[in-house]
Formats: sequence, structure tokens, C-alpha cells
Amino acid sequence: MWRQWIPFWQPALSLHSGDVDLLFAGLLVASALVLGLLFFLLMLFCVRYRAGNQTDRDDRVVKSWHWEVGWTTASFICFLGLFVWGASVYFQIYKTQADEHDVFVVAKQWMWKTQHPGGQSEIDALHIPVKRPVRLVMASQDVIHSFFIPALRLKHDVVPGRYQDLEIEVDKPGHYHLFCAEYCGTDHSGMIGEIVAMEPADFSNWLTQQAPLSPLADEGGVLFRELGCSGCHGYGSKVRAPPLEGLYGKPVPLSDGTSVIADDKYIRDSILLPRSQVVASYEPLMPSFEGKVSEDQLLRLVLYIKSLAGRQS
Amino acid sequence: MSEKNYLTTDYTLKSWFLTTDHKRIAILYFASLIFFFFIGGAAATAIRIELATPQADLVSSDIYNRLFTMHGIIMVWFFLIPSIPNTLGNFIVPLMIGARDLAFPRLNLMSWYIFMLGGCTTLFAIFAGGVDTGWTFYTPFSTLYSNSYVIVAAAGVFIAGFSSILTGLNFIVTIHRLRAPGLTWYRLPLFLWSLYATSVILVLATPVLAITLILIATERFFGVGIFDPRIGGDPLLFQHLFWFYSHPAVYIMILPGMGVINELVSCYSRKQVFGYKFVAWASLAIAAVGFLVWGHHMFVSGQSLVASLVFSFMSFIVAVPSAIKVFNWTATLHKGSIHFDAPMLYALAFIGLFTIGGLTGLFLACLAFDVHATDTYFVVAHFHYIMVGGMVTAYFGGLHYWWPKMTGRHYSEYWARTAAVLIFFGFNLTFFPQFILGAEGMPRRYHVYPPEFQVWNVLSSGGAAILAVAYLMPLLYLGYSAFFGARASANPWNATGLEWQTSSPPPEFNFTTQPVVTRAPYQYNGDFQAEPQNA
Repeated sequence: MWRQWIPFWQPALSLHSGDVDLLFAGLLVASALVLGLLFFLLMLFCVRYRAGNQTDRDDRVVKSWHWEVGWTTASFICFLGLFVWGASVYFQIYKTQADEHDVFVVAKQWMWKTQHPGGQSEIDALHIPVKRPVRLVMASQDVIHSFFIPALRLKHDVVPGRYQDLEIEVDKPGHYHLFCAEYCGTDHSGMIGEIVAMEPADFSNWLTQQAPLSPLADEGGVLFRELGCSGCHGYGSKVRAPPLEGLYGKPVPLSDGTSVIADDKYIRDSILLPRSQVVASYEPLMPSFEGKVSEDQLLRLVLYIKSLAGRQS
Repeated sequence: MSEKNYLTTDYTLKSWFLTTDHKRIAILYFASLIFFFFIGGAAATAIRIELATPQADLVSSDIYNRLFTMHGIIMVWFFLIPSIPNTLGNFIVPLMIGARDLAFPRLNLMSWYIFMLGGCTTLFAIFAGGVDTGWTFYTPFSTLYSNSYVIVAAAGVFIAGFSSILTGLNFIVTIHRLRAPGLTWYRLPLFLWSLYATSVILVLATPVLAITLILIATERFFGVGIFDPRIGGDPLLFQHLFWFYSHPAVYIMILPGMGVINELVSCYSRKQVFGYKFVAWASLAIAAVGFLVWGHHMFVSGQSLVASLVFSFMSFIVAVPSAIKVFNWTATLHKGSIHFDAPMLYALAFIGLFTIGGLTGLFLACLAFDVHATDTYFVVAHFHYIMVGGMVTAYFGGLHYWWPKMTGRHYSEYWARTAAVLIFFGFNLTFFPQFILGAEGMPRRYHVYPPEFQVWNVLSSGGAAILAVAYLMPLLYLGYSAFFGARASANPWNATGLEWQTSSPPPEFNFTTQPVVTRAPYQYNGDFQAEPQNA
């Protein structure tokens, strides 16, 4: 493989990162050609036309615009090709697919907290199975962080106030760096962790060993009652609130005539900003839980509501 | 030298600090910028010493964060942006167009005072307790979490912004109104075209920075929810506003540098600049398109994929006029008669370093690769190649070229060439390894780092040591020549610009008789003479 010719270059670990490496190689070759040509001409002219050197300097050719038009067009076409190539790979790596295995990532100064759907949580580490796409749902508790795995050539900012989806897939078992790439304060450089990629069987074993007493969704259910959500959204409530059973993943008609898909982001927004997207034919009565629930609790609530997806209302 | 020149008209402090002579104001800026350059450089040196080992040996993480913030703020706002326009531009523009002074001489003096007020405010913030936000002031860290002197530092930058706007305005009016008879637009030296384009950016973009900094202060003091997501603000709004100024700001730094290179390449190869009109309009094209590329700083921020697509495309487009310039400089050398004096060495170094910086800019404009490289040392290397390898090299080249005009003295050609070569070598050793570090994935702004990155960091720090010495050398030999150098004639390089048609240093009002221009610029006829050198 060409990558082994470059001693410092760590091999890529997935299909997408291989595409990025190929793109990098393409950019390197193109730049090397341009630089090579430029340096050759500079050297040539500097030597041949140095002052005092006897050489033909007769320059009677009428200057035309052919050269300029020529190299402007050539640069433009070359740039256009690189642009299209780079863009197509970009769309592939950020195109989130089916959520086979969701992992929730909470970034805070200065650590990564990751949580698997079964409730297994880790600090500054993330165990994943190899050769299976894992969807990360990321949130930040405070400032902007950036989730960066160099081995996957993949990075995404984690901006407070919104969920960020990122799909990752690793082909080879091993331990890989996880960095915070967006400057986030005092211990920014200490906010590093590792991605542990395991064979699927090992990963299942690991999940079982790490299984907590109550999975996250159950904890979310407890919170749902503690915070008083069940008072309105539960059975036999006097307040008329939209039922949440069977809600997740379905389109929700809104009072302004549009509709949205009830995904993680919609549920999160409905908890924090309940009056921004009101369900059709319901009164906007719900108070905001902004500042009353932490990111960890929000994740549990979202998971609980998600777990109701299969039930009848 | 019996005749009085602008340096010898008066010797009092008052005559310097209340002068409205553009040449003296240029000297005031020059002295201030040297001061800021060495403060910013000291911070850079401390950073590179710290990074020679993977552990935190020299400073704590808070101090480290304050160091790189100080380095960034000082270098960007108090050295790179004002350097060429405010020193070389201030000195040369009226001379080059055959005018007695800038259009608004008192405004020019006021700009310097505003600049110094801004600089002192920022220095106060730095030495009173420091700022740890990075020069980019990203929210919500800067508005909600940083415990440092963010507002004071931002106030300094805000104040300095007014100086930029006023200088830009002054240049635009001067170039429009005060050109000598016969000096049509297509007879303007290309340095003026690029300063004109720069001034347009200064006037149009700087107010956006001012607004952004006011919004930060509002958010910090009143918690109104502009950038704070907990009360409905958007952290990315800040990035849009910030880069809407700060990306064009990169062209504020590099365009004047390109302008200087035109003068140098043409003079020392005794040839007309190849494709004058293309180069002239390329400056304006860069200024115009430069406003439309700010989103390429945000490819991984979660902005829409389509927005990224558009910004990537525009970023490739803006590289076309830059490529035109590089090709035209190279073509200018063809069939020239090339003299390798110190300014020309700087110009050749500029072409090489700027091209490397520009090509790696394409890497970062390329969406999928940017996902990997952004916020790593690849970016650090790239923009240092443009700003330091490009702009600072051009600044040094221009300074050496116009030094005899500014001081009436010659520097030691031997030491000047040695410094130029040493700067080129030290620069590459410092920053080339950082491309490799970035490609391997080392994030920027890291105080401690995994040990496998150490080799390249040691090389980089070693290069920085050479670079530090090389940057000190001109201070010594130029300082010496200012007092003891051999006298320079009016036109030691036999150059064609109008500035060379008055004595060195020029008299107080520049020209004894109004010059009239009758021909296109850069009409070199092959003859060259340099003055005898001092020992």
C-alpha cells in the first residue's frame, strides 16, 4: 500500500478514513507538481538571468493575454476537480445512517462522558464493536468542544444547546486517541480519551460485565415521574397533554400547520423550549425545564420516551 | 546633506508627537510595531520552549493558555494588520503618488494615538491578569466561563479597530484625490493597488468586528442571550460574525505583502511586472471574494452541509487570483537581469513560502480533508506560512528596499543577506514539521501532548530558536545603519517609482517641484547601481 511509504503516516481504520487518505494523497501530488514546476522555473530563471550572465534577453514578442488566460483557466479547472472530490467524501462521512447502536456522549470541562443504551457509562473512553456503524449523539454541558478521532480522520464540534449526530465505524480492534480539538479552557489538552474497538463477541461480553443495575431508560422513567411529567403526559391526567407512547420516530403535526419527526432533537427541544413547537390542537401549557435538568438527565428522559415507541397510546 | 529633510527639521519630542508629517507618523508606527512584535515573539518563544517536551515543564496550563492568547492577539491586531499599511504605506503612499502628504494628515496622527490607546489597553489586560480565550474569543467560553480579562482585551482590539478604519479611509481618499498629474490608475504602482484593496476591506469589515466585540461585552455584563444557548442564544452566531471580519483580515495582512513583492521583483530583475492589469485586478478580486469565504472555518461546527459546500467552493475561487499573482511574479523573472540584493532574497523567499501556504490553504478548503485537519497543527502551520512566511517576509523585504529612502542610510548588505537566508531556513524548520504534526492529528492549543508527537515538536522548537536569532539580527544592523550607515543617494536601486525622485531622506513636504508622470510604471531599462556599502 502507498501509505506505508510515508513513515509517519498512521494507516486509516475505516472505509471513510481511507477515502480521506486518498484525497490527501491526491492533494499532495497536485501540490507537489505545482511546487516542483514553480521551484524549477524560479531556479532556472534565477540562474540563467542572473545579472552579469551573458544570455539572450531579447524580448520582442508582443505580450498577449494567452499565458494569463491559460494559467487562470488551468488553476480554476484543477481547483474545481479538488472541490468536487472533497465535497463528495464530506457528504459521505457526515451522512448519518440507521442507528444500529446509539451511544450518548456528553462533553464537559474537561472530560468525555459516554453512555451506552444499556446504561453502561464511561469517562474518557468509548468501547465500540468493530465493523459496525455506531451512531454518537453528542451534547455539551458548557462550552464548545470537538470530538476528534485522528485514526478515523473524523471530527465534529459539540456545541452547547444542540444535539450533534456523528456516525463512526472502526475496522480494526485496538486503542485509538480521542481528542478534544476545540479550545475549551484550562485543561483543554487534558481532555483526551481513547476509543477501544473490540471484536463483536468481546464487546458483548464487555457490555454484560459493565451492565448497571437499571438501564438508562428506566432511570429516565423514574425522572419522568419525579419531575412531574407524568402528571400531564400520564394516563388519567386532568391536563390535556399529548400522549408520548408510540411517539418516537413518527411525524408530529404542529399548530402552525407544519410537522416534524419526533426525534431526539425534537424531544429535547420540547422539554427545554416547549412553546417553540406546539402540537396541533393542544394548548401551549407546558413550562420550560431549561436549567432544571442536566444533560445527563435529558438523555435519560429522551431514552425513556424513545422506549415508549413500541407501545400503544 | 546640508539641506533639511523630514528627520532634521526639528529635534524636539513635541515635534515628533504632534507631527502631521506622514513620514514621521510612519516612524512612530514603526517603533510601536517593533515593540509589539517582540512582545508577541517573546510569547511565541515561551510556547515553543514549553512544547519541546510532551509534559508541562515550564508553565502551568493556565499560563500556557494566556501565552498563546497573548501571542495571537498581539501579533494579529498589533503587528500583522497594521504593519505594512501603517509603516511602509504611511511613508510611501504620498511619495509614490507625488503628493505632499496623506489626504487627512491630522486624522493620520489621531489614528496612531487611537492605535496606541488600543495597544495599551490590551497590554494592560495581558499584564494585569491575562486572557485565556485564544485570539478568536469563541463563545460561550469567552462570555460565560473565562475568568480572565476578556472585556479589557476586547476593548483594546475594539479601539484599535477604529485606527484601522481611519487609516483605510485616509488611503482611499488619498489614492483617489492626490495623484500627481498624469498618474492614471493604470500607471499606479501595484503596491498602491494592493493597499487600495486592503483599505476597502479595512473600511468594510472592521465595523463587523466592533459590533461582535460589543455583543460579547453585552452578553458578559447583562446575560442577554445572544450567544448563550441556555437562554436562546446561538454560539455559532459568534463564529459567523467573528470570521466575517477575521477571514477578510487575513487578506488585510497578505495583500499589502503581495504589493511589496511586485515592487521588489520588478526592480531587482529590471523588468516590467508581467501582466500588470491582471495583477492589479487580482488584488481587488481577492478583496471582493475574500468576504464570501468565512464559513470555511466552520466545516465541523454543525452548520448545514450545503452552506459548507458553498463556502468550500468560494474558498477555491479566491485561490485563483492568488495563483495568478504567483505565476506573474515568476514570469516577470523571465529574461530579466536579476540582482540578488537582500530585498530580492526576501521577495524570492516570499514567493516560495506564500505558495506553500496557499497550496495548503487548498487542503483546508477541501471539505473532507478539512474535517481531519481543522483545529490541528496543520492549520497552525498553514496560516503561519501565509502570515509569517508571507506577510512578515514581505514586510522585511519592503523595509530593506525602502530603508535608504526612510533613513538616508545604507545597511550592511552582507548581514542583511545572512539574516534573509537564516530567516528562510529557520522559518521552514519551525513550521514545516507542524504540517506533519497536524496530519498525524495533534490538536492545536495543546499544552501537553502524547509522546509520539515529540520528535516533530523538537524540530519545530529548534527552528524557532534559529528564527528568533534571525529576527533579532535586522534590529541590530538596521539600528546601527540608521546612525552610522553610508549615505544613500536619492535613487540607490535605480528604481522607477516617484518616491525615488526626491532626496533620501525626503524633505518635509516630499517634493521641491510637483512631479509629472508621463509613462507606465516599471519602465526598467536594465541598468542597476547599488551604493557603496558600509563596513
